[in-house]
Amino acid sequence: MSTTTEESLHPGLNLGEEHGEDHLEAETSVFGFWVFMMSDLVTFGMFFAVFASSTTALAGGPGPKELFDLGSVAWQTAFLLLSSLTSGMAVLCLKQEHADRVFPRKQLVFWLLLTVLLGCGFLYREVSDFIDMAAKGGPPTRSGYLSSLWSLVGLHGVHVTSGILWCLVIVAGILAQGVNQAWKLTILRWAVFWHFLDIVWIAIFSFVFLGGLL
Amino acid sequence: MVDPIFGKLTWDSVILVQEVEDPNLNTFITSGAAGMIPVGAVLIVVLLTWLKWWKPFFGWITSVDHKKIGIMYILFAVIMLFRGVVEGTLMRVHQATALNGGFLSSDHFNQLFTTHGTNMIFFVAMPFLIGLINIAVPLQIGARDVAFPRLNQISLGLTGAGGFLITISLLIGEFATGGWTGYPSYNGSLVNPGVGPDYWILSIGLSGIGSTLTGVNFAVTIYKMRTKGMEYMRMPLFTWTALCTSILLILAMPPLTACCVMLGLDRYLGFHFFTNDMGGNLMNFINLFWMFGHPEVYILILPAFGVMSEIASTFSAKRLYGYTGIVAATMCISVLSFMVWLHHFFTMGQSTTVNAAFGIATLLISIPTGVKVYDWLATLWGGRIRFTTPMIYLSGFFILFVMGGLSGVILANPTLDYQIHNSLFLVAHFHNVILPGTLFGILAAIHYWFPKMFGFRLLENYGRATAFCWIFGFCLTFLPLYPLGLMGMTRRTVDYSDPAYVPLMVISGVGALFLSLAFILLLLTFWRSIVHRKKQQNPIGDPWDGRTLEWWTPSPAPEWNFAVLPEVDSRDAFTTAKQNGTAYQPIEKYEDIEMPANTFYGVILAVFVCGLGFGLVWYIWWMAIASFLGCIVTMIVYAFIPSKENIIPAEEVRRVDEAWRREAREGRGITRDDETTVANKGLARPDELPAI
Repeated sequence: MSTTTEESLHPGLNLGEEHGEDHLEAETSVFGFWVFMMSDLVTFGMFFAVFASSTTALAGGPGPKELFDLGSVAWQTAFLLLSSLTSGMAVLCLKQEHADRVFPRKQLVFWLLLTVLLGCGFLYREVSDFIDMAAKGGPPTRSGYLSSLWSLVGLHGVHVTSGILWCLVIVAGILAQGVNQAWKLTILRWAVFWHFLDIVWIAIFSFVFLGGLL
Repeated sequence: MVDPIFGKLTWDSVILVQEVEDPNLNTFITSGAAGMIPVGAVLIVVLLTWLKWWKPFFGWITSVDHKKIGIMYILFAVIMLFRGVVEGTLMRVHQATALNGGFLSSDHFNQLFTTHGTNMIFFVAMPFLIGLINIAVPLQIGARDVAFPRLNQISLGLTGAGGFLITISLLIGEFATGGWTGYPSYNGSLVNPGVGPDYWILSIGLSGIGSTLTGVNFAVTIYKMRTKGMEYMRMPLFTWTALCTSILLILAMPPLTACCVMLGLDRYLGFHFFTNDMGGNLMNFINLFWMFGHPEVYILILPAFGVMSEIASTFSAKRLYGYTGIVAATMCISVLSFMVWLHHFFTMGQSTTVNAAFGIATLLISIPTGVKVYDWLATLWGGRIRFTTPMIYLSGFFILFVMGGLSGVILANPTLDYQIHNSLFLVAHFHNVILPGTLFGILAAIHYWFPKMFGFRLLENYGRATAFCWIFGFCLTFLPLYPLGLMGMTRRTVDYSDPAYVPLMVISGVGALFLSLAFILLLLTFWRSIVHRKKQQNPIGDPWDGRTLEWWTPSPAPEWNFAVLPEVDSRDAFTTAKQNGTAYQPIEKYEDIEMPANTFYGVILAVFVCGLGFGLVWYIWWMAIASFLGCIVTMIVYAFIPSKENIIPAEEVRRVDEAWRREAREGRGITRDDETTVANKGLARPDELPAI
């Protein structure tokens, strides 16, 4: 890339005090990932829309009042919101690098692993909720309502699972190859993904769970 | 129970075995088509070995060069077009003989219209257009590459995997019979427990993901990779339409993915999204499908509009009239395309208010489209017009596409739609926009950019004959369907009892034969041009007196596109440079150029995705699980392999670039009169006309 910062129309992201051309690379890479996330948001939107049109399609099966455990949902929300905070801390580690200081790799790995842990806590409660719902006579095959509920919440769960897997790959990557430019950019994209899941969860929480019980 | 190793797959699933066990005309036709797959595969292997082309073959499929990827998309589309044309002709000929029963069985006919539609939309039109976007857009915006070259290869791989599934369905098993829209509950497991709908879901679902990624890639490329001075309002029109198409891909493909996933869950796990009982709601499918399906038609037409704009301007040697208007119209169409999906089911019971709103929204689209047509006409007005092959397509497009658009205006009226929906009138309408719009646009673009892709021009005589044959064949095949529709003949009809349909059906069948002839002529054009490629060369790269940046490089364009990235200070920057005499002046300073190196990433992923799709279709669980894990492992492994770059030394760039510039400066060039002769070596001598 022969373009320099002065020539560029797009100044790029701040990846640290002095990263030279990393800024420019980050601009395209992270913007591209944002665009992809917008596409993913449409996918979620479609599952939300189908859910919204299926709220009365109980087919004589159990509804929200019989199935939901708001306490567990509150725990899930807490886990996920906290994990967003810790993922933010991980990204801050990238920015806090100083020329005269060793890169805080240990801190970075700590925050990433803490995020994974919280994500796993979320998944654990989600899966046990699913098992409970099935035991209470609410498997996804029971009604149109339950099909759309399971797949909307499950789609989010699949995203969380891939986010966790991705984060573990990042940890392995920075331990094996150091915090090089490629992994920095990966962390930035992963962080966008992780915060995105938080936002989607807030929509699911208010729309599916609170909305179902009110 | 399904077999743990072979799933639902048995010997009887292979079409050729069915032919042996139950020989009749239908199995003879299907097995003939199916037999072409193994024969073709063996032929390709033999050919590659005989010509010692394995090394270049792997060089191509591992390439991340946008130009090569574009060419592969187009090659793929031409092969799939072969199948689509044959199927279409077969159906038309069948219907011509279908008074009180034709020669095809109804199940066979149902598979034909389903594969024809699915194949033509997803594996012909879209790969063609995405291929053209790949080839032209980075050159037009003065970039060396796309934003994400490896992702580009993955997109191609996913499209190829979808194409593999729809093709292999011809040989093993069956395809869906529910039309290209695949409505449940007809395609649910209750009515259709076979593998056909699964093939449909997986082939379009997987290639749809590839298209989403292409959209992301090109939106980012156009937003972020434009060369210095290439402001939005200086971008060539094709780039503008590519941008709008990319945005449509990003936003319109997810509904398709969503409804494929939901239908899959219904079929595989017994969910109740679209079933008739237990709270399923098939209107959800129809809404989701058309939320994708309507923008899809603009995904297909917008790039063709871009091509028409480039061609109108180039071959009349004039600036595009009403550039701003066309850009605004393109954006208008993109937005409106998301607001009209409900016109696909006016008759399915929603209130008159809803129908009226969507009818009006649909009518509105004709306004920006009309603006464009007038702008193209005004571009030609007073220009130095050359009636080359692309211009023949453009002329056919002007007349026929406008007709198709007007019949769309008729269909947009809900009250009229109640009378003519599901009739052949509709079939006539959408073929009347897709052929003269998209297909003619694609063919014109292939003639226009072929010299840029391969370094030699297509033969003009063959091109003209082919163009006339497409236009004539189209008129003969599809225009009779309008009156047939008004006479009450429904679409997807395997036989009929009203003899009044016969004469027009026969005309339509004859027309289909002309379209097949046009396809053969197209192949002949390629073949004869390849034979005569030495005479047809245009190494200097500007055979048509081009106006946009892609003509400002040698033909074929070097891997790095531009030795020094051009700076732009106006629209039609290349024309300005030629007028000022600065186009081919020597360059002082050359620098090393980094280009991404070839990789097997997308190829390996594509193989696993094929395995995943095939395993799922046939309930071969071990294969599906192993392939899925294979995809994940491949992605993880490649995350650890840093993407490699080839460094092209400045000296090599200088050598190539200086030789090209010298040749261009020393050559005299040819006038527009000699454009189609062998004298055209790609150096244009612009006419002494005032640029208006």
